[in-house]
Amino acid sequence: MQIQLNGERRDLDGQPTISDLVTTLGLAGRRIAVEVNEEIVPRSQHAATRLTEGDRVEVVHAIGGG
Amino acid sequence: MTDRHLDQPWCVAGREFTSRLLVGTGKYRDLDETAAAVAASGAEIVTFAVRRTNLGQNADAPNLLDAVSPERYTLLPNTAGCYTARDAVRTCKLARELLDGHNLVKLEVLGDDKTLYPNVVETLKAADELVRDGFDVMVYTSDDPIVAKELETLGCSAVMPLGSLIGSGHGLLNPASLRVILENAEVPVLVDAGIGTASDAALAMEMGCAGVLMNSAIAHARHPVVMAGAMRKAIEAGREAFLAERMPRRAYAEASSPTQGRITD
Repeated sequence: MQIQLNGERRDLDGQPTISDLVTTLGLAGRRIAVEVNEEIVPRSQHAATRLTEGDRVEVVHAIGGG
Repeated sequence: MTDRHLDQPWCVAGREFTSRLLVGTGKYRDLDETAAAVAASGAEIVTFAVRRTNLGQNADAPNLLDAVSPERYTLLPNTAGCYTARDAVRTCKLARELLDGHNLVKLEVLGDDKTLYPNVVETLKAADELVRDGFDVMVYTSDDPIVAKELETLGCSAVMPLGSLIGSGHGLLNPASLRVILENAEVPVLVDAGIGTASDAALAMEMGCAGVLMNSAIAHARHPVVMAGAMRKAIEAGREAFLAERMPRRAYAEASSPTQGRITD
């Protein structure tokens, strides 16, 4: 299936959870936040939240700024 | 009692701080320089931005929050780069998730990319929504006293008018307006943006600001860590001068040495 990940199309195998996606991206254990279709998905729900076709996913982190 | 004992910690959103210098983390050469400058500034509140994670790059790359840890500093996520209330609110919610429920944010909603001047209509809208959602909002705004008061009335925890345009280094271009904002405010007023050098920061503090937030003035100095120390001292000096209450200005000279007993008398 296909999702929008940080503004770009991305093909995923099966129907992964957010935890699966985060692990695939090499970001497990990193300090990130995830939004799906403009709603925050709390870290505690990553393992239980399955992505579906067409989801718009944002993965963000902290960066230098003023 | 020495001068230093006159100052008290200041308070925003129920949290107490000793340092009145707040610093950003942008524009540094690398994270080592960021960490060194932040440490030299003595700041307790440190701002950062929220951005999309670079995917496909080295996931082990050092992270800003490793250099500026949430255990050591009070982190203040900003909404830099947001031009609508909607985007700013989304960014704050992402930041709250990123920091495990931490709800202190720096709201800024910009008007255009040339001036980065605040869009106060969108800022007011976002502030209202964020306060209702339980955020403690420190808000970047113009130097308009009416807008500053409106933001306070909406429940913002601190009002932060610009000294001059973000990153311009022009210092305080409208001290008269800042004075009106200070006189009317019942929440902390901090100058955010426009500081160029230590005397700009000292002036803001001499006027009675609760603090000053800056980034470029330190990061874009030729020697950022040295400037960070200069800013720390300027903030302290300005604060003490404010507490000491300066002498009145006079039109004419008044001798400091006694006028009696001169050998020419």
